[in-house]
Amino acid sequence: MTVVIGFEGSANKIGIGIIRDGEVLSNPRRTYITPPGQGFMPSDTARHHRAVILTVLKEALDQAGLKPADIDCVAYTKGPGMGAPLVTVALVARTVAQLWGKPLLGVNHCVGHIEMGRLITKANNPTVLYVSGGNTQVIAYSERRYRIFGETIDIAVGNCLDRFARVIKISNDPSPGYNIEQMAKKGSQYVELPYTVKGMDVSFSGILSYIEVSSAHKMLSSGQCTAEDLCFSLQETLFSMLVEITERAMAHCGSQEVLIVGGVGCNLRLQEMMDVMCKERGAKLFATDERFCIDNGAMIAQAGWEMFRSGHVTELKDSWITQRSLCLFTTWRTPWVI
Amino acid sequence: MMAVSEFLSRAELLKQGAEARVYRVQLLGRPTIVKERFPKLYRHPELDKKLTHRRTVQEVRSILRCRRAGIPAPSLYFVDYTSHCIFMEDVVNSCTVRDHIALLQRSDSPQQLEHLEHLAEQVGRLLAQMHDEDVIHGDLTTSNILLRAPGSGSGSELVLIDFGLSYISALPEDKGVDLYVLEKAFLSTHPHTEPLFEKLLQSYTCSSPRATAVINKLDEVRLRGRKRSMVG
Repeated sequence: MTVVIGFEGSANKIGIGIIRDGEVLSNPRRTYITPPGQGFMPSDTARHHRAVILTVLKEALDQAGLKPADIDCVAYTKGPGMGAPLVTVALVARTVAQLWGKPLLGVNHCVGHIEMGRLITKANNPTVLYVSGGNTQVIAYSERRYRIFGETIDIAVGNCLDRFARVIKISNDPSPGYNIEQMAKKGSQYVELPYTVKGMDVSFSGILSYIEVSSAHKMLSSGQCTAEDLCFSLQETLFSMLVEITERAMAHCGSQEVLIVGGVGCNLRLQEMMDVMCKERGAKLFATDERFCIDNGAMIAQAGWEMFRSGHVTELKDSWITQRSLCLFTTWRTPWVI
Repeated sequence: MMAVSEFLSRAELLKQGAEARVYRVQLLGRPTIVKERFPKLYRHPELDKKLTHRRTVQEVRSILRCRRAGIPAPSLYFVDYTSHCIFMEDVVNSCTVRDHIALLQRSDSPQQLEHLEHLAEQVGRLLAQMHDEDVIHGDLTTSNILLRAPGSGSGSELVLIDFGLSYISALPEDKGVDLYVLEKAFLSTHPHTEPLFEKLLQSYTCSSPRATAVINKLDEVRLRGRKRSMVG
């Protein structure tokens, strides 16, 4: 039996999860929520994480019913993400690893999402759509690497949703994306927005400037459409683009499975649209709910578990963090043939 | 409308791509490809109608513009804007550049590298020509370029296809993104071919006086890819 504890704090969630051979023993989480109209700044977010991380750690151990001695490895998010929160969480992970005398392991955040998605859904060889506040990528696995086939060429889809929410002052509690999803259910009128697909890549910045610069306030104040209509139209447009590039990647790779991961991935309208596309192609959709879609500690523990079992550890001197950089080389999975 | 769908119901379905069904038929005795953009049920009907119509129009326009400039693309025979069907030349005796690269990579011929480099240079030249006509392809991959009469050495000719995401623009930015899309598709489809793609870009640069500005933009766009200091 191998027990791994995972520390995640690359954005506004701080989560610590414990995994024992594919079983999630605990996965507590806190979210730093800002007032409507505001995003989360790195230093404030790091301050939030510092304030609660030890409470969350205690919860994780208590809920799992484990003592530090039962842990085999301490995994933490190495990146990509926001610098200050990453540093804070890495520092705590490093400290407990030394206190407990356990090996340390730096984990790529994106790989964490994918491995958790595979564990929960049992998807075998999926084309992965990774959609969150900081990332929008279509990823497939080939020659021992996760390869990015398509991605955003500017801002992430979650970032587009968050900033749209700021423009029309939608609450950030529990998350802007969730509130947009609820409002969109009451929208009916479709407002045309810029639609930009370039090969397997997408671009969202045009939509955002279109809304920010002129349209939103003008359309709302003139009664041309409601805030709910805008939410509805925004979702329809953004998600159509995402489903389209996923389908393009599937056609390109000959893949018959789709896995949606990342915070935006728990949006039910996105899942529904993806499902329609999959059924048309005779393919299968795998998705998870907010417990595992949204950043959490268990996903870092799960990727850490895979890596630890295949012989990886991170020496203390190598336990840095990185805001960018995505090294997706894996040694724990057999190569798939595409 | 009725006539077209009835005609297609008897046709041979070649493949269902991401956005269209492709049929192989005979039209007035000529081998013909029919590209049918069918409704995508996942997207809002209004959005679907607009996209489908726009893409059919764009595809036809760009193919005509290329052909007028002597850039090889399939001949157009007939377009039906009601059922969103394009009837065009079936490029017989051809294979995709993607398959041809894979084939060359598997061969142990001593001229393997030479052939690959020749092909990359051909592609670079062709794209420079296309960009000089201000045609932005929008979906450049090695699957969207055909090689007519492969294996016949210097007699083989490249043919551009799949212009559904294309548009007309003179901006180096748009041309740079076009190459960026190709670069990613190229390197993810054909791993470990960085030097080959470099050859392609060199040939692109040499083939057009306007290429330098485009390559500079390409360098800029590469840095925009958010998390891609890819080791993979």
